[in-house]
Amino acid sequence: MRAFLAEGLCKIGKLFENVVVLTGDVAKPTCTYLFQEKYPNRFFNLGIGEQDIIGVAAGLALSGDIPIVALFASFLMRAWEQIRNTVSRANLNVKLIGTHAGLTAAADGASHQALEDIALMRVLPKMTIIVPGDPQETIEAIEAMVRIKGPTYLRIGKDETTKLFEGEGVFKIGRAVTLKDGRDVALISTGTITSEALKAAKCSEVDASVIHVPTIKPLDRDAIISAAKSCGIIICIEEHSTMGGLGGAIAELLSSEYPVPIIRIGVQDSFGESGSYYELLRKFGLTAENIRLVMKEAIKRK
Amino acid sequence: MNSISGASSLHCITELDIKEKIKSIRRSVIEMIHNESGHLGSSLSCLEIITVLYFMKMRHNPKNPNWEERDYFILSKGHAAPALYAVLAEAGYFSKEELKSFRRLGSRLQGHPDLRLPGIEAPSGSLGQGLSIGVGLALGAHNHGRKSKVYVLMGDGECDEGQFWEALMTAAHLKLTNLILIIDRNGWQLDGRTEEIKKKVPLKAKIESFGWKVYTVDGHNVQKIIEVLNQAEDSREPVAIIAYTKKGYGISFLENTNRGHKIQLNDEEYLMALKEIEEGN
Ligand SMILES: Cc1ncc(C[n+]2csc(CCOP(=O)(O)OP(=O)(O)O)c2C)c(N)n1
Repeated sequence: MRAFLAEGLCKIGKLFENVVVLTGDVAKPTCTYLFQEKYPNRFFNLGIGEQDIIGVAAGLALSGDIPIVALFASFLMRAWEQIRNTVSRANLNVKLIGTHAGLTAAADGASHQALEDIALMRVLPKMTIIVPGDPQETIEAIEAMVRIKGPTYLRIGKDETTKLFEGEGVFKIGRAVTLKDGRDVALISTGTITSEALKAAKCSEVDASVIHVPTIKPLDRDAIISAAKSCGIIICIEEHSTMGGLGGAIAELLSSEYPVPIIRIGVQDSFGESGSYYELLRKFGLTAENIRLVMKEAIKRK
Repeated sequence: MNSISGASSLHCITELDIKEKIKSIRRSVIEMIHNESGHLGSSLSCLEIITVLYFMKMRHNPKNPNWEERDYFILSKGHAAPALYAVLAEAGYFSKEELKSFRRLGSRLQGHPDLRLPGIEAPSGSLGQGLSIGVGLALGAHNHGRKSKVYVLMGDGECDEGQFWEALMTAAHLKLTNLILIIDRNGWQLDGRTEEIKKKVPLKAKIESFGWKVYTVDGHNVQKIIEVLNQAEDSREPVAIIAYTKKGYGISFLENTNRGHKIQLNDEEYLMALKEIEEGN
């Protein structure tokens, strides 16, 4: 995904002359060095100082630029209070990108695995949150977030190459996409883990619909309420804590609009740990295999 | 063989012994980063410093890691975990066999240190936090009337973090004399040369201006390291030691470059590195 992040950034660098990219001694791992090579005068590597960088981005936004800050998701959260009290409170046009999110930092372990970033960003007023699931969606999401005004958080992982879509025009802010129809249970997921949901649904005796939600905020209310109505039970899947992320958002929505049982697959109130990416997905039940088991259990509750 | 001068009375170690220890620890680090990827360059620049602390200076007991009167070591640049893990294994906190599990699922040797491993005093991995934790430990030891000294090792890139400068002020304000900061001044950070990413010079003067006593030392010279650590004992202010080092020290194809910041050695590089370690001194 990092490579596609760079592709998306270069593309909007060309479209918008006031786009500037900031990072903090992670130009290489975030691949933003590729933007730097193209637009050296619109790139600032400000060293290992996440809180400072958010303040600088705020100032740039106040001066009319569109600053895009790319940092490891986990360390970007160090500047949460700066994001809250300056960026979010003043509704500044600062675009935040967290990379190495979810479990993708794998062997680096808990310190580097952001499993609560969506929750932390969700509670901030006016924050748009995007978690793309494939390369094309990532590239389009970057352009879309620059085209809207206001603070945005875009979350990606590291080297995933899952493909969900063919062709162009796949992403629109606030729109969920139904990838497969089904009547027994609705699988609702975000990010690249949607590919596991799709795999699970494709070879299971349970007739599941698969809904990909690349925008966590604003949430596609209609898509989720109608999934609740047609399937009667929902399984949320995300590479994130089961608290406060996509599952949390859906539970908040449906509890008042159309209560149905909601099962949340994700990391359950714990930190991650070192391991290979796939081992960690397995440990936290984020593989097609486990999703299939949960689907079977779920329909018993109907 | 003479006992190396300056080693604390707790440690009876000869010059030959410490050289053998360093060799053995380097070997362990290279093996770990052949098994798995890791921050080899960052580990090799501070390997002598950590070794000298554990084998010549600090009061600690591998058989009783929670001994109340012990000295503390905090690896603020947590990505250099392989160096610390190898030293702890060499000292007997756990078996060298366990080093093979580095970065593996279920291992106590996490990619970045945390408290599940005996001998680890503070979690790290997010840069710029170790000195604050050190201030707290030093304050706690002082308040409880313990003799414990607290050693904190940071990277030079890590000095970018604002929290570091906050902690410098806090320690000076509290007049802590049981806190020793060591900066691994290898001149590199992740994206490039420290002075190109964000200017640190004059680092010594900056830290002095915060009310600290600052020494400099060749961070690969065992005798000089122990001397400066001994000098640091008598200060009436918090002490910082800027250790001039080389990233990737001891492996010719990595030394003084950033190639080994994070790397996994292939078989050929691994054998070459081992050979250089065996032949080197
Ligand atoms: C808060 C935080 N921001 C970013 C990183 C990513 N990171 C890991 S190592 C590193 C460079 C560290 O440079 P330095 O302190 O000089 O250590 P060394 O050169 O010895 O590796 C960076 C930016 C991190 N671990 N923590």
